[in-house]
Amino acid sequence: MSEDGRRLLIVDDNKVNRLLLARHIDLLGHPFALAENGRVALEMLRSEPFDLLLLDIEMPELDGFTVLEQLKADPALRDVPVIVTSSLEGMENIVRCIELGAEDYLPKPVNAVLLKARIGASLEKKRLRDEQRDLVRRFATPEVEQDLQQSGFALGGKRVRVSVMFCDIRSFTALCESQPPEETIELLNTYYMLMFDAIGGQGGVVTLMIGDGLMAVFGAPSSLDDCAHSAVAASLEMVELIDQFNLERTSTNRPPIHIGIGIATGDVVAGYTGTRQRATYTCVGDTVNLAARLEAHTKVAERRILIDGATRNELGDGISIEPLGDVMIKGKAATVDAFAVETP
Amino acid sequence: MSEDPINLSVFADLQAATGPEFAVELANTFLEEAPGMIAELHNARAVGDNERFQRAAHSLKSNANTFGAVALAAHARELEVKGLDDDRLRNDDALSQLETLLAEAAAALKALTNV
Repeated sequence: MSEDGRRLLIVDDNKVNRLLLARHIDLLGHPFALAENGRVALEMLRSEPFDLLLLDIEMPELDGFTVLEQLKADPALRDVPVIVTSSLEGMENIVRCIELGAEDYLPKPVNAVLLKARIGASLEKKRLRDEQRDLVRRFATPEVEQDLQQSGFALGGKRVRVSVMFCDIRSFTALCESQPPEETIELLNTYYMLMFDAIGGQGGVVTLMIGDGLMAVFGAPSSLDDCAHSAVAASLEMVELIDQFNLERTSTNRPPIHIGIGIATGDVVAGYTGTRQRATYTCVGDTVNLAARLEAHTKVAERRILIDGATRNELGDGISIEPLGDVMIKGKAATVDAFAVETP
Repeated sequence: MSEDPINLSVFADLQAATGPEFAVELANTFLEEAPGMIAELHNARAVGDNERFQRAAHSLKSNANTFGAVALAAHARELEVKGLDDDRLRNDDALSQLETLLAEAAAALKALTNV
């Protein structure tokens, strides 16, 4: 077994070729699986992870060229490196493989020494790509990472309709003063884990975390069919998760925490802001300010979730809403038609 | 004088790279599979399916190369590249020649592996 146990998929319709490649891979110490044509290979790739594909071209049902095309078109699979192993006639066919995204081409019968070197190089390149992707995901989000992959990085943004959510922990400063900082970090980590689960589960993306506060966007960078509904559904789940978390806290004699959430829906400009060296994905516009103000107003209104009229108008039945009328909100010159989402 | 049905240097390399026992096992598999490839060539010729014919010839060429069956591989390659001939008799001749080359390669492989 190789040190890292990275798994290969061998795709060949010819039994002798399949067995021979399997033997080579086995001797190299990599775990592997076998597929007898392109259709079976794609099914396997979509149901289990592989780190490298050894692909034949001439196959019945679905040939290697089609497999390469489908891999390239699938965001979840296009990073899987492919080494074509074939005895194709004609340079144009080999060029076609490379143009379709194959990392390398090895003529059959495959030379074992060359195969080892090519597999090693391909797996190393994939490892570096995976590391880079994980790093971006850790400091941005999987959605932003995907957006960067698809569209590339460019400062600036585009106008999109989204729902913006702000959330923070009530009386967090007082809570911090009453307990050691280690406990506060632990509390924040649990709080963020719960909030990320609820927000991500509804298709939202957390774009900002400051202390105990967070901003999330529903509808960018990937569009959502019903961003307002998704945001409100996430907020109800967040409140429910905090209630459950509080049961656990009070059972160990720790004070419960309370959160306030503000949601507004409308046009924003979403994109990358900063410099070419250091940038962040964010949304700007009055909708963002309104969501932040509504969140702050939850303290005054003594409600856990406040939403604006635009969000209210996009919600269907099934969510209980309490109209608060036109309210004066700090930081806004005109009154705001605000609504409270009723929570259990 | 024609060359040996199996290039001994190629076969020795295969044995060295995969182990002697595995090479025997692989040769057995080829001897089991090859008649199916010949049958596929005949079937494809019978229904005039050039793609199937070329794929079967490609498969046989690939395996022949693995064991160093140079003459068999060269003839299979010729069929792969040219495809079905418009002349039925020329197809029959070509397939008959291929079967002879396969029989020679199979006999040599069996002798080498003591099958």
